[in-house]
Amino acid sequence: MNLPTFLGGVHPPEGKSLTENKPVETLRPTDVREFIYPMGLHIGAPCSPLVKKGDAVLAGQKIGDTDAFVSAPKYSAVSGTVKAVEPRMVYTGAMEMCVVVESDGKYTPAPSLHEALGRKPTPADYVKLIREAGIVGSGGACFPTHVKLSPPKDKPIKHIIVNSAECEPFLNCDNRLMIENPDEVLKGLEFVLEVFPEAEGVIAIENNKTEAIATMTSHNKNPRIKVMPLQVKYPQGAEKMLIWSVTGKEVPLVPALPADVGCIVLNTRTAWQIWAAIEKGLPVHERIITVTGDAIVEPKNLLVPLGLNMRDLIHECGGFTEEPVKVISGGPMMGIAMRSIDVPVVKGTSGILALTKKSAYLAEESACIRCGKCVEVCPMHLEPTSLDHAVRRRDYAEFEALGGMNCIECGSCAYTCPASRHLVQSYKDGKATVTANRRKAAAEAKAKAEAK
Amino acid sequence: MDTKLTVSTSPHIHSEFTTRNIMGMVIFALVPAGIMGVYFLGLRSLGVIAACIIACVLSEWAWQKFVMHTKSTICDLSAVVTGLLLAYNLPPTIPIWMSVAGSLFAIIIVKQFYGGIGCNIVNPALAARAMMLISWPTAMTTWTINGISGATPLAAMKAGTVSGMPSLWDLLTGNMAGCIGETSSLLLILGGAYLVWEGVISARIPLTYILTTAILSALFNHGGGMFPIHEMLTGGLLIGAIFMATDYTTSPMSEKGQYIYAAGCALLTALIRTWGGYPEGVSFSILIMNVAVPLIDKYTEPRVFGAPKNGYFKRTGGK
Repeated sequence: MNLPTFLGGVHPPEGKSLTENKPVETLRPTDVREFIYPMGLHIGAPCSPLVKKGDAVLAGQKIGDTDAFVSAPKYSAVSGTVKAVEPRMVYTGAMEMCVVVESDGKYTPAPSLHEALGRKPTPADYVKLIREAGIVGSGGACFPTHVKLSPPKDKPIKHIIVNSAECEPFLNCDNRLMIENPDEVLKGLEFVLEVFPEAEGVIAIENNKTEAIATMTSHNKNPRIKVMPLQVKYPQGAEKMLIWSVTGKEVPLVPALPADVGCIVLNTRTAWQIWAAIEKGLPVHERIITVTGDAIVEPKNLLVPLGLNMRDLIHECGGFTEEPVKVISGGPMMGIAMRSIDVPVVKGTSGILALTKKSAYLAEESACIRCGKCVEVCPMHLEPTSLDHAVRRRDYAEFEALGGMNCIECGSCAYTCPASRHLVQSYKDGKATVTANRRKAAAEAKAKAEAK
Repeated sequence: MDTKLTVSTSPHIHSEFTTRNIMGMVIFALVPAGIMGVYFLGLRSLGVIAACIIACVLSEWAWQKFVMHTKSTICDLSAVVTGLLLAYNLPPTIPIWMSVAGSLFAIIIVKQFYGGIGCNIVNPALAARAMMLISWPTAMTTWTINGISGATPLAAMKAGTVSGMPSLWDLLTGNMAGCIGETSSLLLILGGAYLVWEGVISARIPLTYILTTAILSALFNHGGGMFPIHEMLTGGLLIGAIFMATDYTTSPMSEKGQYIYAAGCALLTALIRTWGGYPEGVSFSILIMNVAVPLIDKYTEPRVFGAPKNGYFKRTGGK
């Protein structure tokens, strides 16, 4: 069967079997403990804390917000007392301003979002409610969903795509969500379709999740929604690759967005969150996390309140079989290797992957042999090795000219590179430096204009 | 902190490919043809092969240890491949000191002078062979088979004495005059098929090169245009097209570039075979095209996904 896909990509070992048939278990500690809520870690402006030390909070109470459009508020998942508002370490290894809540273990609920609104929401309220609920893309990048749902008027939206590809190896959180809560995911998509009456809904699933495909297909009664199986290939779930596979349209070069080709892509969990916000008035306060890897005694899919320490999740899964070499927040292809496991679970945590020395890849770099495998696999059709060389000789203009800013950091090139070049590291450096230089140039130009 | 964790950029898993196991697969693919060469051309061939490999590996090791003071790269096996390929391109009667000189030239001047693996601008084994052909023309073109000196099929074609052409069976197995590793067509093709199957090389360059050479030779009326099979199976064409023209470092990276490069090699080969001063032109053709690779790469950059469609793009994966 020739299913839709994109050109390029790789086939890493899936590792999904560790958890794909394990129903989601709820982990809801009822003892007194710390829950940590970083005010940043989403795309856009960080939030300002709305509470101070000593304040009592309820489960589902807003504890951080900002006036900025591109941002999303933060909620406490537990009831208790604010213990501190101070910088704490987060999964990136950086220190972020956090609200630390000492839970009372009772989960006393705060008034729902509907009560604050004062009525049952209508489609005109949806986008506002989605912002209010703090919904961001749940895949990892955490782009605020209400921003996606507010495209410019001149860009008609034709497709709302639910990204259920879950092409990252090892992860099963979206897969399990579709199997266990298909109606909620479908309903979430229907709510979005009410906002965009012209659009068609597509639930795009990689073909290795046959149970999810069958469940979603049989539960879908809406003629505006279709379930579309896609070829199994990494990075099938990358936004631009997904849009190409589903619609045959290419999202133009950066800074173009999916809306430029009439598409909005939502994560599976995001669709579920939209349902929870609109139907139940619930903000983002919990999520499903796949805790897996060969260093974990009993890999599981866990539903946990946000803010919980990752060490507790690992403990719930029986701890480590042996000293792990790497513990990754997210999947093995794009996840972030963490310095410490004593960091909180956040909205974008899709998985915790602990790898032993045997499975973690720690090879030394050698010289590029120009084999061209990176060029073959790059889903963005860049020349990864040329970009790498440009960054290493600090030629950022060349990096930009070669289209480096379009790199999606999927890691296909580095995965396949026989010389084990640290390619993604170069692109991250290149993109960050180019962005910083642009900001600097803009600031200088502004200062110059003001001086006149 | 109880556990010390490793922090690095993603991805955290890796494919099976490493430079070393790619080189290992190339060696594995080359060995059968070498055994056949030794069988038909005599045990002396084995000495030439050993001399080339030892000289290549030792010179790379010594250069990095005593001159460059860098970490040795002999474990990536690329020097073994260079030695093997050079030996396969030499006549079995070549004096050992000449093969050693050729090996030193390949590794030190062609490879290490330019920065070592991945940085050489031409194929080291081929450049060494070309140097040897110019320096010691007689030793490099004296062929014996079964103890009798004889002309290679291509030299016979050039001289117009086409009556003694080897049979198709001899062509396939390698029972004819020629270099150590270039004669056993069947095993070279099998080795190439193995590399394509393993994903080490793509079939683009070898197929384009071999078929285009056959077609062009016929068009140029080489050898009366009578021997398209001989054209493809004799001389260094197979070993050149399968193992030398596909050398990663000295071939283009993009698909389109690879077609252009292979077609260029084929055109030059056919021209040299038909009208050139040598009966065989594979080495020189590949060397010339090696030098053109940066230019080809520059003009065949793939169109970035999402860029305006005035460049090259082929949609093969869609619906």
